Amino acid sequence: MSADIRLAGAAEAALLAEAEDAYEGVHDAAGTVTLGFWIYLMSDCVLFAALFASFAVLRDQSAGGPDAREIFRLPYVLVETACLLVSSFTYGMAMIAMDRNRGREMLGWIGLTLLLGAGFLSMEVHEFASLIREGAGPDRSGFLTAFFTLVGTHGLHVLSGMVWMAVLIAHVLRRGLTEANRTRLSCLSLFWHFLDIVWIGVFTVVYLIGVA
Amino acid sequence: MLGRLTLDAIPYDNPIVMGAVLFMVVCALAVVGGISHFRLWRPLWSEWLTSVDHKNIGIMYIVLAIVMLVRGFSDAIMMRAQQALASDGGAGYLPPQHFDQVFTAHGVIMIFFMAMPFVIGLMNLVVPLQIGARDVAFPYLNSMSLWLTTAGAVLVNLSLAVGNFARTGWLAYPPLSELHFSPDVGVDYYIWSLQISGVGTLLAAVNMITTILRLRAPGMTMMRVPIFTWTSLCSSMLIVAAFPILTATLAMLSLDRYLGMHFFTNAAGGNPMMYVNLIWAWGHPEVYILILPCFGIYSEVIATFSGKPLFGYTSMVYASVCITVLSFIVWLHHFFTMGSGADVNAFFGITTMIIAVPTGVKIFNWLFTMYRGRVRFTTPVLWTIGFMVTFTIGGMTGVLLAVPPADFVLHNSLFLVAHFHNAIIGGVVFGCMAGFNYWFPKATGFRLDERLGKISFWCWLVGFYLAFMPLYLLGLMGMTRRLDRVDNPVWHIYLVVAMVGAGIIFCGILAQLAQIFVSVRDRVALKDATGDPWNGRTLEWAVASPPPFYNFAETPVVRARDAFWQMKRLGIAHRELPAYHQIHMPRNTGAGFIVGGFAAVLGFALVWHIWWLAIGAFAGAIVTAIAHSFNENRDYHVPSELVALTEARYLQKRLQEA
Repeated sequence: MSADIRLAGAAEAALLAEAEDAYEGVHDAAGTVTLGFWIYLMSDCVLFAALFASFAVLRDQSAGGPDAREIFRLPYVLVETACLLVSSFTYGMAMIAMDRNRGREMLGWIGLTLLLGAGFLSMEVHEFASLIREGAGPDRSGFLTAFFTLVGTHGLHVLSGMVWMAVLIAHVLRRGLTEANRTRLSCLSLFWHFLDIVWIGVFTVVYLIGVA
Repeated sequence: MLGRLTLDAIPYDNPIVMGAVLFMVVCALAVVGGISHFRLWRPLWSEWLTSVDHKNIGIMYIVLAIVMLVRGFSDAIMMRAQQALASDGGAGYLPPQHFDQVFTAHGVIMIFFMAMPFVIGLMNLVVPLQIGARDVAFPYLNSMSLWLTTAGAVLVNLSLAVGNFARTGWLAYPPLSELHFSPDVGVDYYIWSLQISGVGTLLAAVNMITTILRLRAPGMTMMRVPIFTWTSLCSSMLIVAAFPILTATLAMLSLDRYLGMHFFTNAAGGNPMMYVNLIWAWGHPEVYILILPCFGIYSEVIATFSGKPLFGYTSMVYASVCITVLSFIVWLHHFFTMGSGADVNAFFGITTMIIAVPTGVKIFNWLFTMYRGRVRFTTPVLWTIGFMVTFTIGGMTGVLLAVPPADFVLHNSLFLVAHFHNAIIGGVVFGCMAGFNYWFPKATGFRLDERLGKISFWCWLVGFYLAFMPLYLLGLMGMTRRLDRVDNPVWHIYLVVAMVGAGIIFCGILAQLAQIFVSVRDRVALKDATGDPWNGRTLEWAVASPPPFYNFAETPVVRARDAFWQMKRLGIAHRELPAYHQIHMPRNTGAGFIVGGFAAVLGFALVWHIWWLAIGAFAGAIVTAIAHSFNENRDYHVPSELVALTEARYLQKRLQEA
């Protein structure tokens, strides 16, 4: 124990300096926010896990209605997927521009990401609308219920990511690339890439396996 | 314009409900009148409703929990009275429709709006102090969590006066909870109150994990973290991993009900058992979410009042982590009767029995902590010892139910009801009471009256055994749960004894309320000027009671497991510092309260299908949150002179006391 105390005594000054940093919220606030956001993302991941599991349970319950093979058009979904994957790339470019302190360039990339997100979302809405028109809406069968909910929940996440993007553009235009805005952009970056990963799961589990 | 809402929604014809509503209105008017009379609106708003201080938020959570305890308990005593009256040929006084609402509301309120806020309130109050932090990692988010939880509680209480509550049991199994069988608003109230408060709980847990991982004082390695903080961390991780499942499941149920989907319907390929699986994949971790922090409370209490370090700290940490992991692989024991086959049932039966092992480790650790200690039999210690005996019995009946063949017989019987009340009252309620008595002086600056505390404990303990031991016997005799009347004279006397037990618990609650009242009245005599009334071991006792809003004038440096105990031994506790620094603090904000208010309106509008209001309230909540993100004036610095003055006053008072 006494050795422990001596050690602590010697290191006390350094430790105190570290404590100042941590508590005064100057040095490491960004790291704390990012960690908190990571933890939130993990909870979102569990939410999707529940939806994926439900889809797996209900995928064959078409109740005499159309099944996956009849309603999915892979080429269409491939274009949709490409939109979202490229939007992750453009967001990555925005982050690189941010690191290089090129505000205008960054806003350009973010704007492009927003457009690609909008493209993805409008394709999804179009797919949903045509399915409902053909009588394959979410109330038709257990399979379609699970399909619309899983894909729709992902779509709602994309929509909220886009709203967030618009808000952050306003933030950056107002204050520039401040420390707070950088942290916000990093969190949205995590969120956006996360949605990409979820979509890869959706594309595989729902569409590819569905028509296989 | 008002959706499904008409004047018929108010149950004028039901005298019991109207009586309860009248009582609630009178209480609300008394509170409003009191606040107006003493001109407290401004301080209420600026120091409490808009507060982002973890201590104030913790206290408000606990106030919510105590109010809801009274509400949930009145449901309990109504059920006991009904079954006692309606088991000997009588009809009782509650119509079946109403009885079904009462048992549903009782379960929902006690778990979501009593136990959860109590536990989260204690975590909020204590964890930042135990780890030597100024506040939680995200103070504004913390305030929003509180108000979302409160919004859920408001909806549940509103359902009493406007419309009705679910008649489905506390987990709202489909197909009964589907639109076809429950067409009115009861299940919708259930869904939205849980969804809104669930978001609050999730955010609170994210906050707590980040706080514990990032804001520990220098030198506080993970194996020096106080056990209550450890168990709060485990519990918060469980919330993050389990509550999204609840959110998803209730969202699916609401899609079935609102958009005619087929997740859990009987027709068109829906699968009701999927709901049961999903809800218990959340529900089983939930019981550990509640009990783990209470295990932490008992550990703190027993170490402090035995005057010894906790026996087996390391094994306590590992046991908590084991329970955290295992709690995710036992959910199927809630429905062995599903028909999943012998292999699956055997797997879940065995995992359930295994989870008793780390729990047993904990019981032995507490016993060995007391062994050869100088145990002071204060109220928190009585609750702890009462817990050890009661919870062990509850644990053993749990292991019994984990045997699938036994469960086939006892499933859905009063034996089960007795078992989980045995675990939850004996574990969670006793733990919250221990924590309440233990940390009350820290939160308020004065101790609770010991005599009334002990009276309350004995009433609860005796009342508990009288109320629930007969239910074990009734379960073994074959009485199923949730019966509004039975025609079996043999069971009558057991139900009467159970009612008497509930009455004694009621005396315990009255004694508790009296304890609070008397202690506030005698607060000068019960004053704690030292900040350390129990000769404590952990850092929350190193500061004044109540702690200054910045908690620690100087961030403590941790050198050992029981950090404050070590400081006292080295003579470096409570020393005046040569110089004080300015302190960086978050500013109060009304944003969390306003978002909570919008959420309550949103829930109400969704229940009654008032779509324009729902859209408006949702937009209001989002716009408030976004507008708050543009608020740059979020923090300030406390001048060092103010810190020096506050600390000097405290140290002077300490000296006077000594």
